[in-house]
Amino acid sequence: MTITKATTHVTQNEALVFERSQPGRRGYRLPALDVEETALDELLPAELRRDDDLEGVPELSEPDVVRHFTRISTWNYNIDLGLYPLGSCTMKYNSRLNEKVARIPGFANLHPLAPAEDAQGALQVMYELQQHLAEITGLPGVSLQPAAGAHGEMTGIMMIRAFLDARDGTTSDEAKRRKVMLIPDSAHGTNPASAHLSGFTVKTIRSTSEGLTDLEHLRELCAAGEVAGLMLTNPNTCGIFERNIKEICDIVHGAGGLVYMDGANMNALVGVARPGDMGVDVIHLNLHKTFSTPHGGGGPGSGPCCCTAELEPFLPVPRVARTGDDAYRLDFDRPQSIGRVKAFYGNYGMHLRALAYILTHGNDGLREATEAAVLNARFIAHGLADTFDRPFDSPPMHECLFTDKRQTRKGVHTLDIAKRLIDYGFHPMTIYFPLIVQGAMLIEPTESVGRAELQQFVDAMKEIAREAAEDAQTVLDAPHTTRVGRLDEAAAARKPVLRWRPAEAAAGA
Amino acid sequence: MANVPEGLYYSKDHEWLRVEGDTGTVGITDHAQHSLGDVVYVELPKAGESFSAHDTFGSVESVKAVSELFLPVAGEVTEVNESLTDEPEKVNNDPYGEGWMLRLKLSNRGEVDSLLSAAEYEDYIGSLE
Amino acid sequence: MRYIPNSPEERQEMLRGLGLGSAEELFDSIPPDVLLKRPLDTPAALAESELLELFESMAARNAAARRPSFLGAGAYSHYAPTIVDSLIQRSEFFTAYTPYQPEISQGTLQAIFEFQTLVCQLTGMDVANASMYDGSTAMAEAVLMAERVTRRSRVLVSAAVHPEYLSVAETYVAHAGIELGRLEVDEASGRTALDAAALEKDVAAVVVQSPNFYGCVEDLKAFADKVHVAGALLVVVVTEAASFGLLRSPGACGADIVVAEGQSFGVPVSFGGPYVGLFATREKYARQIPGRLAGVAYDKQGRRGFVLTLATREQHIRREKATSNICTNEGLIALAATIYMTALGRRGLQEVAAQCAQKAAYARRQIAGIEGYSLPYSAPVFNEFVVRAPSDAAALLRKLAEGHNVTGGLALSRYYPERPNDFLVCVTETNKRADIDALVEGLKAS
Repeated sequence: MTITKATTHVTQNEALVFERSQPGRRGYRLPALDVEETALDELLPAELRRDDDLEGVPELSEPDVVRHFTRISTWNYNIDLGLYPLGSCTMKYNSRLNEKVARIPGFANLHPLAPAEDAQGALQVMYELQQHLAEITGLPGVSLQPAAGAHGEMTGIMMIRAFLDARDGTTSDEAKRRKVMLIPDSAHGTNPASAHLSGFTVKTIRSTSEGLTDLEHLRELCAAGEVAGLMLTNPNTCGIFERNIKEICDIVHGAGGLVYMDGANMNALVGVARPGDMGVDVIHLNLHKTFSTPHGGGGPGSGPCCCTAELEPFLPVPRVARTGDDAYRLDFDRPQSIGRVKAFYGNYGMHLRALAYILTHGNDGLREATEAAVLNARFIAHGLADTFDRPFDSPPMHECLFTDKRQTRKGVHTLDIAKRLIDYGFHPMTIYFPLIVQGAMLIEPTESVGRAELQQFVDAMKEIAREAAEDAQTVLDAPHTTRVGRLDEAAAARKPVLRWRPAEAAAGA
Repeated sequence: MANVPEGLYYSKDHEWLRVEGDTGTVGITDHAQHSLGDVVYVELPKAGESFSAHDTFGSVESVKAVSELFLPVAGEVTEVNESLTDEPEKVNNDPYGEGWMLRLKLSNRGEVDSLLSAAEYEDYIGSLE
Repeated sequence: MRYIPNSPEERQEMLRGLGLGSAEELFDSIPPDVLLKRPLDTPAALAESELLELFESMAARNAAARRPSFLGAGAYSHYAPTIVDSLIQRSEFFTAYTPYQPEISQGTLQAIFEFQTLVCQLTGMDVANASMYDGSTAMAEAVLMAERVTRRSRVLVSAAVHPEYLSVAETYVAHAGIELGRLEVDEASGRTALDAAALEKDVAAVVVQSPNFYGCVEDLKAFADKVHVAGALLVVVVTEAASFGLLRSPGACGADIVVAEGQSFGVPVSFGGPYVGLFATREKYARQIPGRLAGVAYDKQGRRGFVLTLATREQHIRREKATSNICTNEGLIALAATIYMTALGRRGLQEVAAQCAQKAAYARRQIAGIEGYSLPYSAPVFNEFVVRAPSDAAALLRKLAEGHNVTGGLALSRYYPERPNDFLVCVTETNKRADIDALVEGLKAS
């Protein structure tokens, strides 16, 4: 087969900025100082001032800086190049319009501590976004303060803690507190980590052979007592909708606990079903997934928390409230709030982008996107069904799960398949997650991919499977076309080098 | 096939124990190092620390995983293999020799009887596959 | 919907190919009683031009964005060179994901490595992570880390730390079995008073901000000496990163953990976010650091590259025993800061800091000379300082905003109602002399 999506091309080399630095080069110019200069010794005694002249910090001209970052940028795969099938990451199109909105000076230049009367537009944006997210999730209480999904999780779990303490009168009674948080074995690592941060002990719930939460095991764990709640993802991390969701919520509520939903997979639900209608008490959303705010190579994200009216008093402070027809204020009078989870109001720039996303799609467009996302995942699942092992039969929602079971017979593993996919011009799918399945490959195309490219992906995966059977070494040694091959991560972890130092440069690293 | 030498005691957590008088030497088995992959870091206690049987005494990390280490028998740590800080790969290359992790003074020699023999451990890891 | 490549007709064909009659059937595995049976009650779609008009009209209501401003207190108005924003808008940077597949993410990884190095250089520390959400959460995580490292459960925090940062730390430690104690502020100097008697054996760390919330530069070395004698860690917090260009690095003063807000480095104030938290520590604590780390690695041909490393500390592996739950951090903002630090460079960072200090000193002198106004604190400052007005500061600042079109500073009563006449003024290299003079005139007139 001829690889159609990608081919090799000359790639620019580029050293570290510190290695490029030349003494005396300048990349900036400030206006001249327009006030009388006082001797620095009079402003700040010498022992409080730097005496290292910022040695080691680079000196570069403006073209140096532009070339440096431009060159290294060309080494990255990115959404604008095409399909980025990372499961549970929702790599959808990052709209340029949203970028323009976020840069409007009236927002970009607004200081967070400007008095509310001089920031009405900013508060209006937050208020409206809150309203729309409440409608989308079916949960009326919304805080935009958490800065990422994991942060939103921590917030939601802390709210559960606070709610239970208020309900059960255990705020100061450590011994009587419900301490257990139930988490499925298929959960994302942030879930138990967040539970732990809030002082909970984690008990793991098994999944059934269908890839769903084991109701019997759930009942058993709830009966054991002390259950504060359940953290659930729906659709779950295997891409399957938990059809017993209402019963799951009933069991947990019956045991006196609350249900937290990890909203990472909302791209399968927007406009189709609402967590609030399923019995969920609190959810976090990932604006950088479902609502298209850019991933940025690792953030910024935004992880709003949405909750029932009962949990609303516990949301982080301040809240954005409306006073009268078109006026907004910050409400700091929230005695039951868990407090602040971050300074100021959240990753505001992402709020702007998410609101722009919601308004650009419109209510019918939001549902359309969900349908297209699930359709694309089904298309891939269908295309690969004969080639790769599917651990669960249930129809996938917005992402589909496969394993390397068939390929390992020839000594080829998920990692190798992923690396070979790079040569075909794609970013690999999520690998080795969820943990309940050996050699997991979790594929989420999102709605942002056209049919032809989906087919290219399917064809590439099939071709790799053929290579695994007939020419395994090609797959095992992949990638062949990148500027660096597989890097020795064990050596990197044994003797970590986490920063540049002049000695390294001299040694010719 | 994992290497399971005679003359050592084994635990179900994949640690081995060599006993000489009332001192013991502890490490992880060949099976364990193989499952972990390239060991990048070993976290060990300090000499002088005391533990009960089955206590966590440290952890061993590979690139993608971390496992806790459980002491097969109770005792006081007398010596720790400091060379593993710079050369954690010894655990992979020579798990029963240079990859030893700590030496301890056994507080209850009788506990050794509840550990597995080489043959029993070999059966055990066979049953896991 | 124009962001969806497959047209409705194409989608119909795809559905048929899958043996499905309609899009509704895609959701057959969802029980009917859970399905939403009506359209979402959110607005209808807007065209680009309509959307922009809407947002522009909302932005127009933010009067404070158009005025000269002397607001600081955790968010700072500095000039960002044009290339910062144009470079971070490259698709390859902003639409890329976390660099889990290093072979095709070397751009992101090398930039993180450069960021980590620059943070170490400025803070005077050995290792820095790829970023935290912001300064406030970085500080909270530093408190958690201090407990992990020392196995002690009490942390003393200066009352001169930013009040919102204090609030966040309180939330984070609520269930962590850590007790936060306060160190009071000396009313004459404006610096934190360190009572050596407070450093009992159960203190894991002392947290001090410098310059502190009142703008005063703390004597970090004196703190370090006392704190270390007690076997505790010194955590230094910096909200105004521009100060790194002039003040002695916290590392050089003996800090064990340094956390900072990096927003001053080329990041717009943007009503509070997204910002970027800096987190740096000593070599010996590297394995306890939260967040992502990029490190050097080589391939079989000996070519140098970069990878995310020491991942076993993190949530996706350690799960409930992780050093933190952080996953997505502030990657693109860290990149913006990296480009800023590189473009300004060794000379520029120092020049910006010097201008901030000089302009602040000028403003201070002028304000101190106004009848009825005083500067209550004697400690040296960098670019922020407290002014005591003869009357209610919030009302005064309101008059200045409405009558003189300037945001004169932050009334401290926002956080400390017992200080109605005090306000915090911040001056940066972007405040022109004319603006400072206008502020002074405005204060005189009010």
